Amino acid sequence: MANRILLVEDEANILEAIGFILSRDGWDVRGHGKGETAIEEIDRVAPDVLVLDVMLPGRSGLDILRDVRARSETRDLPVLLLTAKGQARDREQAMSLGANAFLTKPFSNDELIATVRALANGHATGTAQPADTPRDDA
Amino acid sequence: MKQAALAEAAGISASYLNLIEHNRRKIGGKLLVQLARTLEVEPGFLADGADATIHDTLQAAARAAVDSFGTVPETGRIDDLAARFPGWTGLIAAQQKRISGLEAAVEGLRDRLSHDPVLAEAMHEVLSSVAAIRSTADILARERDLDAAWRARFHRNLHEEAERLSARATAMLGHFEAPDARGAALSATPIETVEALFDASAHHFPEIEEAGAQAIPAILARSPGMEDAATRALGERMLSRYAEDAQRLPLSRLLPAARACGFDPGALLGLGAGDVALVLRRLAALPRAEPAPSFGLAICDASGALLFRRRLASFSIPRFGPGCPLWPLYAALARPGQPDAGLLEMPQGARFRVWAVAQPVAQTGFGTAPVVQATMLVAPHEATGPASAGGNLAAQPILAGPGCAVCPRETCPARR
Repeated sequence: MANRILLVEDEANILEAIGFILSRDGWDVRGHGKGETAIEEIDRVAPDVLVLDVMLPGRSGLDILRDVRARSETRDLPVLLLTAKGQARDREQAMSLGANAFLTKPFSNDELIATVRALANGHATGTAQPADTPRDDA
Repeated sequence: MKQAALAEAAGISASYLNLIEHNRRKIGGKLLVQLARTLEVEPGFLADGADATIHDTLQAAARAAVDSFGTVPETGRIDDLAARFPGWTGLIAAQQKRISGLEAAVEGLRDRLSHDPVLAEAMHEVLSSVAAIRSTADILARERDLDAAWRARFHRNLHEEAERLSARATAMLGHFEAPDARGAALSATPIETVEALFDASAHHFPEIEEAGAQAIPAILARSPGMEDAATRALGERMLSRYAEDAQRLPLSRLLPAARACGFDPGALLGLGAGDVALVLRRLAALPRAEPAPSFGLAICDASGALLFRRRLASFSIPRFGPGCPLWPLYAALARPGQPDAGLLEMPQGARFRVWAVAQPVAQTGFGTAPVVQATMLVAPHEATGPASAGGNLAAQPILAGPGCAVCPRETCPARR
């Protein structure tokens, strides 16, 4: 059975694009666009990996991450934070709150796949580095 | 600009200007200021110290070259270079000043991005659009077996996102183009609105100098943003302090002494009768026509929070959050009542003289610590005359910055 990944991202076109490439990579992809109901969606979907945008309508990704780490059922859930360039403070806060990895927008699809795979394999990547090898299915 | 046009703009004859240009007539006072304004240069650049100004600016350019490019110019031969190629050295000096100004502007913008939630959100939206376009384009370019329905869908998304990016980029540019201190979205705090009021008058209010505090209501009435009660109260408080300062140290007493010593704060401390901060504030509020250096000012409380700023184009003072912990402004807080002076070197090599003091501004009772504020006056090094005695002006410069949030000195021991 495919690993399940939940993408919490309010930008529909990002959601569709990265959802597509993660599906092609073998993931069971679920998407959600609202910050205020993200925790309920995490409980409902029970993902193996969570991808969270920092700026979400209703509730920030950092607040959601704080809750994820505070709750026993999601404490160990691997979380990838998506931030924007120039927001170093967000990144520092994300790592201190327990994010396993972060990617800065605009990231490449290869970077995303490599980072998500590393998380699924139990590796906290910290600052995700650009992947230097092509994707297997490319 | 042609010589005749310059002479006309300065209100003198072309032949007199010719004598000045060939160092056969001394230049000073209002004429110096008028010529400098017409040529859009610092008065010090035209005065007797022009060579020294170029020398200092080229030194700064050389330091920046070492830091940025690893090249080591022959600093020992600056005077030789200036004598042989005055035009080229003038051009290098002018470009160095322009670079310093642009770097200060960039620092200011980085500062805005770090601390301004409106701008941070606008930037996030733009980068989200770029991310969507990049991911989508990558799929279209690399997924060869994409079926027609998906391909059409991603093409539509690409078009939609490109349109959105265009709108978002235009909106973000609007934020950058808002007048720095007066844009409604970017200067909503009372302190920024009051600083904008002071900036609009170049920190000098002739009507208060003449009529005292009774001129304050008219100034507040003509200034934008004073409808808000908290902003108006702060504006009233700052202008009242200005009026009090003007009464305690009137221009009629300050200006003759200041002109006589070349506007050297160190030589003017006595005018405050023990209140050094008063002298520093008054020097930051001189009439524009005075041939004084461009003075900047920063005032903070004992927590380090900046309460008031007069910015210099080349000396970046953060919009939000504290300044550089190495500024004498903060060191002064540890020694209330003891004025100090120093030389700061900013990351791009520009040097500034600073004079700072911390003084009690209110007493909370017997046996309790007073409420203390620190005041720091700043001037470009090349615009100031020889240092008066005292302080650390002759010592090595302090390698400071604009504040940790926007400072490129990664290995600074004071970095937060």
